[in-house]
Amino acid sequence: MTEDTKFHHGDAQAREPIIRMVDIQKHFGSVIALAGVSFDLKPGECHCLLGDNGAGKSTFIKTMSGVHKPTSGEIFFEGKPMHFEDPRDAISAGIATVHQHLAMIPLMSVSRNFFMGNEPTRKVAGINFFDKKLADEITMEEMRKMGINLRGPDQAVGTLSGGERQTVAIARAVHFGAKILILDEPTSALGVRQTSNVLATIDKVRSQGIGVVFISHNVRHALAVGDRFTVLNRGKTLGTAKRGEITPEELQDLMAGGQELAQLEGSLGGTV
Amino acid sequence: MAESAQTTAASDERIKEISPLRRALIRPELGGIVGTVAVFTFFILFAFDSGMFTAQGVMNWSVVSAQFMIIAVGACLLMIAGEFDLSVGSMIGFAGMMIAIFSVTMSWPVWMAILITFVLCVAIGALNGYIVVRTGLPSFIVTLAFLFILRGFTIYLPQTIERKTIIGGLKDVAEGDWLASVFGGKVFQGLFVWLGDNGIIETFERGTRQGQPVVDGVPMLIIWAIVIIIFGHVLLTKTKFGNWIFAAGGDAEAARNSGVPVNKVKILMFMFTAFCATVFATCQVMEFGSAGADRGLLKEFEAIIAVVIGGALLTGGYGSVLGAALGALIFGVVQQGLFFAGVESSLFRVFLGVILLGAVILNTYIRRIITGER
Repeated sequence: MTEDTKFHHGDAQAREPIIRMVDIQKHFGSVIALAGVSFDLKPGECHCLLGDNGAGKSTFIKTMSGVHKPTSGEIFFEGKPMHFEDPRDAISAGIATVHQHLAMIPLMSVSRNFFMGNEPTRKVAGINFFDKKLADEITMEEMRKMGINLRGPDQAVGTLSGGERQTVAIARAVHFGAKILILDEPTSALGVRQTSNVLATIDKVRSQGIGVVFISHNVRHALAVGDRFTVLNRGKTLGTAKRGEITPEELQDLMAGGQELAQLEGSLGGTV
Repeated sequence: MAESAQTTAASDERIKEISPLRRALIRPELGGIVGTVAVFTFFILFAFDSGMFTAQGVMNWSVVSAQFMIIAVGACLLMIAGEFDLSVGSMIGFAGMMIAIFSVTMSWPVWMAILITFVLCVAIGALNGYIVVRTGLPSFIVTLAFLFILRGFTIYLPQTIERKTIIGGLKDVAEGDWLASVFGGKVFQGLFVWLGDNGIIETFERGTRQGQPVVDGVPMLIIWAIVIIIFGHVLLTKTKFGNWIFAAGGDAEAARNSGVPVNKVKILMFMFTAFCATVFATCQVMEFGSAGADRGLLKEFEAIIAVVIGGALLTGGYGSVLGAALGALIFGVVQQGLFFAGVESSLFRVFLGVILLGAVILNTYIRRIITGER
């Protein structure tokens, strides 16, 4: 699975990074959540951010998406220094985040969810109205592209499976011109088949030249699609490896921070 | 892996076609429509001769329903945005009292009294909303506090200023005021005179108003109700902002992540609810010619009940302004209908409790259908 996937890994390494974050530190009062993390992302690559719980993954991506301001460190977006005042700045710059559980509103229809916060409008008698017809058409079309057949644009998101919801969220981000797509543990709550759907979606997105940041603590999911892998531990970068330069076992060890897991893995027969 | 992704792209055999009945069930207005039909059928069968369906009778329950509608629309949009306002009733009392104090006690022009009262009450609504979004406390508690604060002032102010709890004399000061007539006036008087002259509606047979129609016009209260319903419905279903209201109530965090200004939406809805309460109060004060410290008692609950009958979920994110308006209509028709039918009026509360329970159970079932919970 790790050696021979059908995903095409582009020559992304050659291009200039869309975003480069250098020595990011974030302190919350006396707590040091990030103690110097460096990270960059190129167009058309899937850069996996790995780390155990509490490693600082969430804080780091929140810094990237404008939710937190870094205590120190620099962010370069398309080569220029960047300061995001709030998430809206980051969104309009083209950084879209798809959250683990918080991407969709179950009671609302797919098309209303799809355009939430970016509703198309049509002027009638000088007043801007929500152009529902256009929204419905685009939603159906984008969903078809991603391989999800909806019963109708009015179908509530609550009736979709977890994987389908992630796909709707990803399709939405892509449609609205995301250059960077941050996926926060998109596969953590999914079954095998749904996971493979989401991974296939990531591959489709990457082939359109969008940079994907894929956060996970599942090494196997990461290795299935990732081009590069950065491991965080206790708020620090433990290093970045290219695809093919690292084995799943090494990644697993890095994430766990060393020996204990190696021993555990030995006693479990290599199934962790 | 890519292979498995492709197979699901074909039509999914696991999605069952839903029946038209279930499709109709997930319309939020369904409960309101069914209830309205049931209520009218009941009263037409059992109370047709009571005078309930004469011109006067119709106007009677229309006015009562319109009152409920005005506050129900505000409560409905706020509930869809995920919050409650328990201070609506007290706000009605407070707004009416402020208009009376400004115009009668302080002798301001009535239009100015009304405008200042609107500004004051909408600002209190904004404060309610601001406290809720800033502290993250349940709106239930915050607005419960304002229920007592506003009611307290409504009793305290007239007692200290005028040594009484009812301030009258508004009819005289409001005479000829342009803004007062927007709330207390009547329209289409000519139409009703014509209807009376042609024998379509009854006319007075003796007394000073002999020959005049028994109903001499449509009160502005009803016009306000219709305007507010149309505004609320269009805002909710046809605009960008409406989508934000659903999103804010459906899941505030998800909405925020998608760039919806959730706090702004919620505060604006608190302000709109306060606006509706003030419209109600102004119409009432202009109609009665007085403001009383006990006005608007329990109205917050009646508004919420109308909204729930209209199919909105108490948890937010789902509902309909038209449904809420039908809920308010059911309310008004039953309350006045029982009076016409000569039924003991305390039974109205029994009816309220029963219908509220039924509506909530139905709504919970509907939500399970929509979200596919089992």
